[in-house]
Amino acid sequence: MLDIPIPVLLGQVTVGLVNGCFYAMLSLGLAIIFGLLNVINFAHGAVYMMGAFAACLAARWLGINYWMALIVVPLVVGAFGMLVERLLLRRLAGLDHLYSLLLTFGLALVLEGVFLDIYGSAGLSYSGPPQLNGLVDLGFTRLPLYRAWVVAVSLAVCIGIWLLIERTSLGANLRAGTENPRLVQALGINVPMMVTLTYGLGVGLAALAGVLAAPIYQVQPLMGSNLLIIAFAVVVIGGLGSTLGAILTGLALGVVEGLSKVFYPEISSTTVFIIMALVLLLRPAGLFGREA
Amino acid sequence: MRQSSVLLVGLAIAGVVAPLSGLYPLFLMKCLAFALFAAAFNFFTGYVGLLSIGHAAFFGMGAYVTGHAAKIWGFPTELALATSLGAGAVLGLVIGGMAIRRQGIYFAMITLAMAQMIYFFCVQAPFTGAEDGLQRIPRGTLLGVFDLGNDMALYGVVLVLALAAVWALQRIMEAPFGHVLLAIRDNEARAISLGYDVKSYKLAAFVLSAAVAGLAGGLKALTLGLASLPDVHWTQSGAVILMCLLGGLGTPLGPIIGAILVVTLEGKLASMGAVQIGPLAIDFSTKVPIVIGLIFMCCVLLFRKGIVGEFIAAVERQSAQRRNGRPA
Repeated sequence: MLDIPIPVLLGQVTVGLVNGCFYAMLSLGLAIIFGLLNVINFAHGAVYMMGAFAACLAARWLGINYWMALIVVPLVVGAFGMLVERLLLRRLAGLDHLYSLLLTFGLALVLEGVFLDIYGSAGLSYSGPPQLNGLVDLGFTRLPLYRAWVVAVSLAVCIGIWLLIERTSLGANLRAGTENPRLVQALGINVPMMVTLTYGLGVGLAALAGVLAAPIYQVQPLMGSNLLIIAFAVVVIGGLGSTLGAILTGLALGVVEGLSKVFYPEISSTTVFIIMALVLLLRPAGLFGREA
Repeated sequence: MRQSSVLLVGLAIAGVVAPLSGLYPLFLMKCLAFALFAAAFNFFTGYVGLLSIGHAAFFGMGAYVTGHAAKIWGFPTELALATSLGAGAVLGLVIGGMAIRRQGIYFAMITLAMAQMIYFFCVQAPFTGAEDGLQRIPRGTLLGVFDLGNDMALYGVVLVLALAAVWALQRIMEAPFGHVLLAIRDNEARAISLGYDVKSYKLAAFVLSAAVAGLAGGLKALTLGLASLPDVHWTQSGAVILMCLLGGLGTPLGPIIGAILVVTLEGKLASMGAVQIGPLAIDFSTKVPIVIGLIFMCCVLLFRKGIVGEFIAAVERQSAQRRNGRPA
């Protein structure tokens, strides 16, 4: 175990950190959507995929470059999410939340099916911005500049959203809405509007992750479906109610997964689930969760 | 007559008439395997009220184990099928033991994540044949006497096994054990206060459901001669949820009808090819997931009780009207 060179180890840790950033962004979106809407958003992987495709297609058809896509795509996909909430999810409010889970499940099948039908399972490739093509020398390893950028952006976004929820009055309304929507509505706050915006925010966040992922991973219709289930596991480990839990657990799991690739590659794809099983046995409410 | 007996007789008649009316035995066997899978899923989710998104793990593992036992170990057919039942039960005990600790949405996510873990295991484990899966699984002979290479002979075996399992599940629901399950579904706190060990009941139901789902996977592997990764992928869990939802979750007949509809639809779409609709030529064979997804959404939005559930509700409404309409 000790004969593994330190640079390899640290290299895997940084790769794991990049993956962890995607886990964190997706889990954060899932957590805030679940918090206010009580919806387990099964379409989250599909909207992540849509974000990546939207960046590709915008570059192809409209000549929109990466930097523009980083702003435009989350807005457009987020708007699509708000439409979904308004037209479909809202009809299921007040019913058992399994129905909204199943609705988003069907939606994910349709979205992935459409992209699979048009672009096939091989998908498209997308080249990142030329400004970020270099390498950064971290001393122990050389990290592609783009990956460093991904880590920086997603950390900034996650911290920004966490501050938005924990430190602003808008966030206070949101948290209050999570606790008791009827009371908050009685206080004159437009809860239905807040619900729509929250869903849009979560979906937009997934789309942003998709744009960030497009230059690194192959852009293909099923890119989100496996990531989604890892994000679910992250949310279970972190505790469903906790936004900070989702962010920290996402990052930590990415790193642990990277480490497991060094020590025991055979289990690297199941590490997250093994950790989830352990956490459930020892602390059923999750690491940051409160027992309901 | 008990509901379970009616169900058994009705299905037996349908099962005997179907091949005589010209339907292919291979198609019917596929229907039966998926109907059994749906019935197993319904036994847990419909009657205990917790959504499992992990049943593909049992189905797929059942398929792999039967395939491996028949092909590599050279087990006789009946023993190969028994191993699928056992594999489902063991896996159900492990996953269920973990998931039962949480309620509602957490339960769903844990079953999903555990099933995904099984999926990754199947991708890497040597005995599953990775991307190729296990192909050309031999059907063997029943009890060393009857050759099952003939489609009709195998159909007979599959029909008897599937009916026996469906009947057993329904019969268990009519037994005191089943009544306790319904009591837990409807009011868990009350069941606890009455002194029932709720967790053990739930776990027992989960293990039963998983075992039968494993058997369904074994039957599928045997009839189609194939066990592969799609069987254990989570989209298969989604498919079984759809079958039950479409037919009517929590009804005895609903899952079976739903399974037959979905299998038929998938077969029809896949063989349809390009269809000219107005100026557009639409190739439906590549659009199966889209159609399935749309049906899913319509089910959830428009008729949540499913076909059989809505039918029962309509009958009840009518009889209530008749009672109220009659002068006192």
